[in-house]
Amino acid sequence: MGDKNFQYILEMKNVGMRFGNVEALRNINFSVGKNEVVGLLGDNGAGKSTMVKIMTGVLHPTCGELHIRGKKVTSRDYNVKKAHSYGIETVYQDKSLGEKQTLWRNFFIGRQITNGFGFINIKKEKEIANNIIMDMIGFRGVGIGVDSKVNKLSGGERQGIAIGRAMHFDADLIILDEPTVSLSVKEVHKVLQFVEKIRTSGRACVYISHNIGHVYDIADRFVIIDRGMVVANFSKEEMSLEKLDEFLLRFASKKRGDE
Amino acid sequence: MIKTEKKGLLAIEGFPVMLVFVVIILAFMKTAPNAFLRPTIYMSFLTYNAPTLVLAAGLTLIITAGEIDLSFPSVIAFCGMVFAYLFHITGMIFIPFLAALAAGAFIGYMNGLILTKVGIPSIMTTLGTNFFWTGLTILISGGVSLNVNPIKGSLLHTLLVGRIGDLFPAQAIWSIGLTIFVWYLLNRHTFGESIMFIGDNVNVARVMGVNVDSTKIKVFTLMGLMGGFAACLLTFEMTNFWTNQGSGFLLPVMAAVFIGGTSITGGEGRVIGTLFGMFIVGSLETGVTASGVGGFWTRLTTGLIMLGSIALNIVLDRTNGKRLCFFDNLKNSVFTKGLKKE
Repeated sequence: MGDKNFQYILEMKNVGMRFGNVEALRNINFSVGKNEVVGLLGDNGAGKSTMVKIMTGVLHPTCGELHIRGKKVTSRDYNVKKAHSYGIETVYQDKSLGEKQTLWRNFFIGRQITNGFGFINIKKEKEIANNIIMDMIGFRGVGIGVDSKVNKLSGGERQGIAIGRAMHFDADLIILDEPTVSLSVKEVHKVLQFVEKIRTSGRACVYISHNIGHVYDIADRFVIIDRGMVVANFSKEEMSLEKLDEFLLRFASKKRGDE
Repeated sequence: MIKTEKKGLLAIEGFPVMLVFVVIILAFMKTAPNAFLRPTIYMSFLTYNAPTLVLAAGLTLIITAGEIDLSFPSVIAFCGMVFAYLFHITGMIFIPFLAALAAGAFIGYMNGLILTKVGIPSIMTTLGTNFFWTGLTILISGGVSLNVNPIKGSLLHTLLVGRIGDLFPAQAIWSIGLTIFVWYLLNRHTFGESIMFIGDNVNVARVMGVNVDSTKIKVFTLMGLMGGFAACLLTFEMTNFWTNQGSGFLLPVMAAVFIGGTSITGGEGRVIGTLFGMFIVGSLETGVTASGVGGFWTRLTTGLIMLGSIALNIVLDRTNGKRLCFFDNLKNSVFTKGLKKE
C-alpha cells in the first residue's frame, strides 16, 4: 500500500494524547525508517506504552497524524486488525497471551484461519503453531506443545511464544515493549539475535527497554521521551553508551528535583 | 520444568461431571426404583428441563466471557407474555413466536449496551434490568395469567414441543441441539475464541485485535435470544403464560453452569459440563421428589451443591500457574470482576 518511495515505515506527526485531564503525550514526532532499529527510552510513566498503543491501533490519539509507509491513516479507521494487515506486530511485556488458553489459540487470536462462516481451521492452525514452537522458537524436547496452556509456561517461554508469533506473521515493523524482562541470559541473547535478523532482512523495529546496555547494542537511533514529550533524538554515532547513560540520568534527576 | 497434560478420560470435557451424574442416577435407581427404572420419569425430566438447558448453555458463554447475567428470569416472563398477548391479539402463532425471540434479543442487546457503553458491571446491570422487565411484565399483564390453549395441534407447537412417537419430547432435541451448537460456537468459532480471550484477560484480547465491546454485546444478545426461545418452549409446553413463570430458573441455571466446571473467573467454558450439570440439577429435583423426601429439600440441596461447586471452582482455579488464595480468586470472579477498575 501507499507510496513505493516512502521514507518511513511509520511516522507520528504532532501526536497528542489525553486521558481526561492528564496529558499523556504532547507533540510527539517520531519515525521509523526501513532497516532501522529505533530504541525508545524514557522513565516509567514517560508515555512509552501509550506511544506503542497508538502505533498498534489500540488507542486513538486525540490529535496529530499517523503515517504508515508514507500514507496517512485516519485514526478512526485504524485499529489492531489494520495494524496487523499493515505488517505491524507487537510484543508486549507480559500482556499479550491469554493465560488459560492453549498456545495454538494464542498464535492466531484476532486473525484466525477459518473454513468460512468464521469456523476455525483447527488442524491447520495447530500445524503452523507446531512449526513455530518447534523450529522458530526451538522449544523442541521441553514438553511444550500446541495444546499446552500458557499458565504452565515460564516467563521466558511466554516471551518466546509472543516473539515467535510476531516472527511468523512476517511483520515489516516489530515493536518490542520490554521484551527481555524476566528472561534468562540465554533467552535475552536469542531475542537480540532476532532483532538483528529483523534489521538485516530489511524490516524495522522499535525496541523499548530499561536495559540501556541492550538497547545501545542493537539500536541505530535513540529517541528519549520524558513526561509525554520527545526530548532527544540522535543516532548511535552521535553518542557513546556512557554519554547516553549520563543523559538519561540527568532527566531522571531533574524530574526528582522537581518533585 | 515438568509439564503434565491431562491424559485419557480426564481429557474428555466434562468427564467428572458425567461421572457424578451417573452416580446420582444409580443412587436414585436404588432409592426410588419404581420411578427411575421406567422411561416416563426421564421423558418428563427432558420435557421440563429443556428451557433450563437452553438458558444454561447461553449463560455458559456469558460466564466464559467473564460476565454474569441475572436477567434471564425476566426474559422468560416478558417473552412469554409477548407471545401470549400477540397470539390473542392477532390469532397468529409464528409471528408472535418471532416477536418473542426478538424481544429476548432486545433485552439482551440492551444489557450489553448498558454494560459496555455506560460501564455498569454486568451483575448490577442485569440485576436492574431483571427487575425492570419483570415489573413491566406485571404492569402490562396486571399479574393475570393468560391461556394459549388453541396453539395445541398447530405446526409450530408440534415442532417445538410435540412428542416423537408419542413419547420423546421435541424440546429435548431442540435444547440439546442448541447446546451442541453453543459448544461449536465456543470451541470452534472465532466468536467463541474472542469470548474466551475476553474472559481470560480483556487487555490481551484488546491488543490482539478482538473487538471487546461488540463481542460482549453479541454474547448478551445471543443470551437474550436463547432466553426468548426458552420462554417459548415453556409457554408452548404449558399452553399458558403466567407472570412469574421465570422465577424458578435462576438457581438451577446458574447451578448447572457452575457444577459443569465453567471457570468462575472467565476464560474457560465447559458446555458439555453444563449439559451434565443441568442433568445433575434436574435429576436432583426429580429424584428427591420421587424418593419421597419433601419437595422443599430440592431447592435446598441444589443451592448447597451450587455453592459447593462455586467454592471448589474458586479453589481449583489457577492464575499464572499457581493456585491463588480463595479471596484472590473470588476477587477475579464474574461476580466482582467489573466492580473494580481494570
